Amino acid sequence: MNISKSPWLLHYDGSSCNGCDIEVLACTTPVYDVERFGVVNTGNPKHADIFLITGGINSQNREVVKQLYSQMPDPKVVVAVGICACDGGIFKECYNILGGVDTVIPVDIYVPGCAAKPESIIDGVVKAVALLDKKRAAMKAGKAPVAQKED
Amino acid sequence: MGEMVVIMEMIATLMVFPFLAALLIALAKPGKLRDGLIYCSSFVIVATVLLLCVSSLQGGGTQSYLLETQMLDEFFMVVELGLMGLVFYYGIRYKRWIVLLLSAAGTLPVVWMEAAGLSAEGGEHILVDHLTLIMCLVVGIVGALICVYAVGYIKDYHKHHTEYKDRSSFFLSMLFVFMGAMFGLIFSSNLTWIYFFWEITTLCSFLLIGYTQTEEAVNNSFRALWMNLLGGMGFSFAILYSSIALHIANLQDLVAASAGNGAVIVPVTLLAFAALTKSAQMPFSRWLLGAMVAPTPTSALLHSATMVKAGVYLLIRLAPSLHGNLVGVMVTCIGGFTFFAASLLAISQSDGKKVLAYSTISNLGLITACAGVGLQEAVWAATLLLVFHAVSKSLLFLSVGAVENSTGSRNIEDMHGLIVRLPKLAFVMIVGICGMFLAPFGMLISKWAALKAFVDSKSVWLVVFLVFGSASTLFYWGKWLGKLVAVIHRSEQLKDTVRKSEKCSLYTLTFLVIALCILFPVFSGVFVEPFLSQMFNTTVVALISGSDINAMLLMLCMIVILPVMVNLLTFGKENKMVISYMAGVNRGDDRTFVDSFGQEKSMYLANWYMDEYFGEKKLLKPSLVLASAIMVILMILAIGGAI
Amino acid sequence: MGILKIALYLILAPFIGGFLAGIDRKIGARFQGRQGPPLLQPFYDLFKLFEKQSLVVNGVQDFFVGGYFIFILFTGCLFFIGGDLLLVCFALTLAEVFLMMAACSANSPYSAMGSQRELLQMMAYEPMLLLTAIGFYIATGSFMVGDIAQSSVSPIAYLPGMFFGFLYILTIKFRKSPFDISTSHHAHQEMVKGITTELSGNILALVELAVWYEDVLLLGMVGLFIVNMKWWSFLIAAAVCLLAYILETFVDNLFPRVKWDSMLKSTWLVTLVAGGVNLLILTLVH
Repeated sequence: MNISKSPWLLHYDGSSCNGCDIEVLACTTPVYDVERFGVVNTGNPKHADIFLITGGINSQNREVVKQLYSQMPDPKVVVAVGICACDGGIFKECYNILGGVDTVIPVDIYVPGCAAKPESIIDGVVKAVALLDKKRAAMKAGKAPVAQKED
Repeated sequence: MGEMVVIMEMIATLMVFPFLAALLIALAKPGKLRDGLIYCSSFVIVATVLLLCVSSLQGGGTQSYLLETQMLDEFFMVVELGLMGLVFYYGIRYKRWIVLLLSAAGTLPVVWMEAAGLSAEGGEHILVDHLTLIMCLVVGIVGALICVYAVGYIKDYHKHHTEYKDRSSFFLSMLFVFMGAMFGLIFSSNLTWIYFFWEITTLCSFLLIGYTQTEEAVNNSFRALWMNLLGGMGFSFAILYSSIALHIANLQDLVAASAGNGAVIVPVTLLAFAALTKSAQMPFSRWLLGAMVAPTPTSALLHSATMVKAGVYLLIRLAPSLHGNLVGVMVTCIGGFTFFAASLLAISQSDGKKVLAYSTISNLGLITACAGVGLQEAVWAATLLLVFHAVSKSLLFLSVGAVENSTGSRNIEDMHGLIVRLPKLAFVMIVGICGMFLAPFGMLISKWAALKAFVDSKSVWLVVFLVFGSASTLFYWGKWLGKLVAVIHRSEQLKDTVRKSEKCSLYTLTFLVIALCILFPVFSGVFVEPFLSQMFNTTVVALISGSDINAMLLMLCMIVILPVMVNLLTFGKENKMVISYMAGVNRGDDRTFVDSFGQEKSMYLANWYMDEYFGEKKLLKPSLVLASAIMVILMILAIGGAI
Repeated sequence: MGILKIALYLILAPFIGGFLAGIDRKIGARFQGRQGPPLLQPFYDLFKLFEKQSLVVNGVQDFFVGGYFIFILFTGCLFFIGGDLLLVCFALTLAEVFLMMAACSANSPYSAMGSQRELLQMMAYEPMLLLTAIGFYIATGSFMVGDIAQSSVSPIAYLPGMFFGFLYILTIKFRKSPFDISTSHHAHQEMVKGITTELSGNILALVELAVWYEDVLLLGMVGLFIVNMKWWSFLIAAAVCLLAYILETFVDNLFPRVKWDSMLKSTWLVTLVAGGVNLLILTLVH
């Protein structure tokens, strides 16, 4: 049985304008119904497989993101949703923005867009799910789960 | 015949020796000699108790002694007047006039009766049956362990509390006086004798509670005194009535007579009233809470093995005469209600000793209710509850005392993470708490039996009180247990300052709790069932079937081998250690986090006390009023109906 | 025979429990106009959890969770081989206390809050659970599940009030809204996941599995109200169990969660009225 059949999400809002967050939550509504793929929004890093981040990293949430990531059990993947999470977006030059999520933790999937469309978010999640299986196989083979970049 | 003499000598030893030991201890100076004296005396008491049990069991059944006791009776009268004098002395010194009145009203009629030769004759003065032996074991073994514990405890106590005068020799000697009085009380069959020892325990508890002589201690000790003197007064009226009107001099005859004679209800009601005060049933529960100001060994002795057990012991003796009449209704109502109300009140308490006090009151309520039902299975439950409660509760009191001496606090909130800081004490305490409410430990077995007995006697209200009360019990023990097992990151083990004598008592009691859990069917077969078959003249059917006992033993085994099973369940998989989840804002560990101002803040996890629902302010007064009303109305009805 | 029953329970219960959980999620999704996850989703979740690494915050958590798991299984076996119903209740309490201790030991705000609420839930449902056992005893003359199942008339004939009360506390035991206050199955709530917040990977999987075993045990108690000595009564009992479960799912989806005090008050009131009155009448009649 594949681990990818049960992806549980942790959704974290970095310094997003809330646009992407609304789209993320839209995925769970009847129109998109992401639970069809077994996706559950857990809100708890210890139960989550996929770390879904919207918005860029600033100096305040930097430690938080790191900590949440460290509290997720392996295998795990990180999905950066929206252009801000990918590289900082329009806030990139702001005094308080450090950049995209990959400035603090390894990101596996980038979902660009402003805001990212639900379709592309779901696409990102499905790709992330496929990665979970690969990572588990790597774990079983005794290797450390490696970060793999895609977009 | 020779065997009888030996047993009589042992009984005399148990009744006299503690008083002699107390005298020596009171005279001795604090030091090794005094400590040695206490260890030796405790050892002598335990050894005598065990020997007595063995030889009594070999002798078989009940033995009674001493028909002619003219000399002793006179001696007792003199001492009793002396006790009254002592109460007068303290009453005048602290200007508590009520105790003078109560003491005089209790003592003088009995003395007058004796002096005027109106007291009923006949019947033995001393009686040993299986219940006596059970009580003997409880008082002797648990009491002696508490005395041993007290030796080490009182030293630390005075080290921490330099504001109190060190009167430790007096304190320790009083513990022995107390044990002597308890032995006297349980061996006596003659009502006047029981009354004599009853009054000694009252006075003794008064002196022990007031040990620190602070204003609070004095107030609380006088509260205990007047409540118990009030009960004592009821006792003396019972003696007066049964001697003069019924010509019955001893307890067994009184119970036996109750079947045929309606007037016996009167002394039985009065004795039950006395027992309720002594067992701190509502509305007299407040003296027991007040008694918590005393050093811990006092609390342990008063509330687990002795003082309060005297009350329920009397009720168990009276049980057959309580079945199916208004006195029985009164006792069961008060007991059931107390069980429920005290459990609710315990929820709102955070002081460890107060929780224990309320739990004591509540458990005594259950024993009282069982005795009041007066059926064989209920008495079985009551007797076992008495034993299990004595052992588990004294263990808890002593461990709370030891924790207080080590950490400086007995608040349950401060016991957070005790499993890391003081692992041994925490383990002992966990065993004690589990012993109070969890399967497969003793208290639960007897609660189970009580439930069956209530259902079989069709006491719907008692069943309702019991199910709600035990649900509340679950809550307050559960949250205490949770506090103990919390593992805080980076907490260090504290220096173990528990003294050897304290450890000796704690470990022995822990062992007893677990041993009783395994061996309770044996204990029941050897002691409780013969007692019941004699009391009710029937053969006893086991309440808890063999298959259930096996299931519970299996549970115990499973707890023991749990670590191995857990290893199997997790397939030996390695766990990764992380810090706990605090929305990602922990600062390095689970002790501090970053607040919204970017400041470091320490985290504090409190238990729920729900003061606005279960607080003393909310519940205590209505409960006391209700209990008083039940008691007064039913007593009037019972006595009025009989006369 | 006994061993066969134990084996059947141990093997079948997870399947039944997981399947019911699947139905539950499907119905929940349909309530919201969604298609919902596949019926076997709970099994996918369970296998996933067993495959994951487990994170712990201290060395005693897995011990307590193991205790919870083993005692739930023990309780279920005791029930299905026809053991003493009161002992079943007590053993169930022991198991729950283990879970509560696992949450307390974590020293984390969310799981600590969950543990206090869990205790409160236990305090709320315990009276009704015990009263149910007592009701069975008065109605059939035995505490043994085996004897109760062999009674000539279905116990529900004597225990309608108890049945209602039991269904009421079943909502708490199934951790359903309005009483899912110690854990939550939905994200973005004030307590994250309550008592299971600090559990993960295969340790969390044990909890999930234990919950399925427990669900089957509780449905067994529901069925006990229905069965009698006739063989077909077992079929009716199975149908009633299924209906009871679906009813709980409906309740879960129709009611918002309540605060703890409303839960305690309403549960105790229902216990007192439905259970107490039933008990009173039963005692008078029998």
